[in-house]
Amino acid sequence: MRALEVLRPGPLALVQDLGRPGYAHLGVPPSGALDVPALKLANRLVGNDEAAAGVECLFGGLRLRATTSCTIAVTGPAVTVEVDGRAVGSHSPVWLAAGQVVAIGAPATGLRCYLAVSGGIAVDAELGSRSRDVLSEIGPAPLKTGDVLPLGTPSLPGGADVVLPTAAPAELVVPVEPGPRAHWFEDLATGLAKTWTVTSESNRVGLRLDGAALVRRDEYAEKELPSEGLLTGAVQVPPNGLPVVFLADHPTTGGYPVAAVVRQASLPALAQARPGTLLRFHSSTKVWNR
Amino acid sequence: MRWRAYGEHAALLDCDSLAQTIAAHATVSAARPSGIAELVPGARSLLVAETPGSGALAAVRDLLSGADLEHPPDGEPREITLDVTYDGEDLELVAQDAGVSIEDVVRLHTDAVYTVAFTGFAPGFGYLTGLPEPLRQPRLSSPRTRVPPGSVGIAGEFTGVYPRVSPGGWRLIGHTRTVLFDPRADPPALLAPGDRVRFRSAG
Repeated sequence: MRALEVLRPGPLALVQDLGRPGYAHLGVPPSGALDVPALKLANRLVGNDEAAAGVECLFGGLRLRATTSCTIAVTGPAVTVEVDGRAVGSHSPVWLAAGQVVAIGAPATGLRCYLAVSGGIAVDAELGSRSRDVLSEIGPAPLKTGDVLPLGTPSLPGGADVVLPTAAPAELVVPVEPGPRAHWFEDLATGLAKTWTVTSESNRVGLRLDGAALVRRDEYAEKELPSEGLLTGAVQVPPNGLPVVFLADHPTTGGYPVAAVVRQASLPALAQARPGTLLRFHSSTKVWNR
Repeated sequence: MRWRAYGEHAALLDCDSLAQTIAAHATVSAARPSGIAELVPGARSLLVAETPGSGALAAVRDLLSGADLEHPPDGEPREITLDVTYDGEDLELVAQDAGVSIEDVVRLHTDAVYTVAFTGFAPGFGYLTGLPEPLRQPRLSSPRTRVPPGSVGIAGEFTGVYPRVSPGGWRLIGHTRTVLFDPRADPPALLAPGDRVRFRSAG
């Protein structure tokens, strides 16, 4: 069988593809790679369809042995990649002979690297996706030592040559649009534009932020919100005033007001925001007055 | 009823009542304009997300502005019957607060016909509306850290079944052996918004 054997998973390594959108009404999160462009790029580098499943590797430490010859590529932030102890570089296709071991180091910036392999990881799909959803525990369990990941049928690599790695900035400016409960908050655009810090409580469900708490308007101060639908990028504000930005494994309904919604183009940058990253939300003032 | 902005590709319809929400959801579900990425009913709202560039949001707005939401489309909702053993840990508390006997709690719960208003909390967890008045009771003051799968609970205006082990604060009145969610099944969730549900006492 064509396969990759897990020698060491590192802090957290998950099988991810483009997720399972369209099931929110059943309570199923969209899930999928948090840094979608990085997974797509890795797949292109090894000749896969962009939607093939790869490994989302949180903070490196992943070691895999190939049971067959295959081509791999690692993308996301710049990171060391070694084959049998020899540095080969990220962001380019690397050929492995049967028995060779690939090891991913800790990224210099950012959080999540993506490993794609020719043929893609062919574990069983659930609801049309091979993504691990950490909230609902749907999809393949987090990788552990000794796991054997079956591979699909490879096609010819596309022949990309040099691709520059991205670098996650220490400070992010995140464009937002108003959310459905923006009117619950006092001077929201100004509050969001202050500097927030990404906390270590963050995960694939959401980025938790610390900073100057957002304040509800008096008339909404004690108001309860009946459960309503949530989408990726929603900036939900619990009673403590500290926002949570929902990522791919978010709950599909929730009972706290959504003050703003992150523009989709910023989601990959949020996926790479380490604890301690500074973040400001930006919005054009006119949108708050609609 | 009022539309509210929800980012670049979605909008949320604030509804005046749960009945209006159910009617709005049924109306959009029946017409199902192309390009809808997600359609998520809540307790008093309907969230519509569109595939960028599809125009589905505008189509839904048009559809609902002309719809009679006091009288939802007839359609033929699916009917699902769940066999329940009424042995929940909070059965006595529920009977006490309702001022009736345990047998009356079972009779009240099994006589009613419920509608799946929305799903959330966990995959396959449906919020069922139609609970008789005496059973509309508050959540436990201290939620359980582990509610067994299949537990049937009540909270506020809703009843529901926990699809699998999770924490939870609903008052538990019984359990069912029916599988509520199986990601490898088609459909994966037994209960979807709009479905009708009855409970039957399995003794």
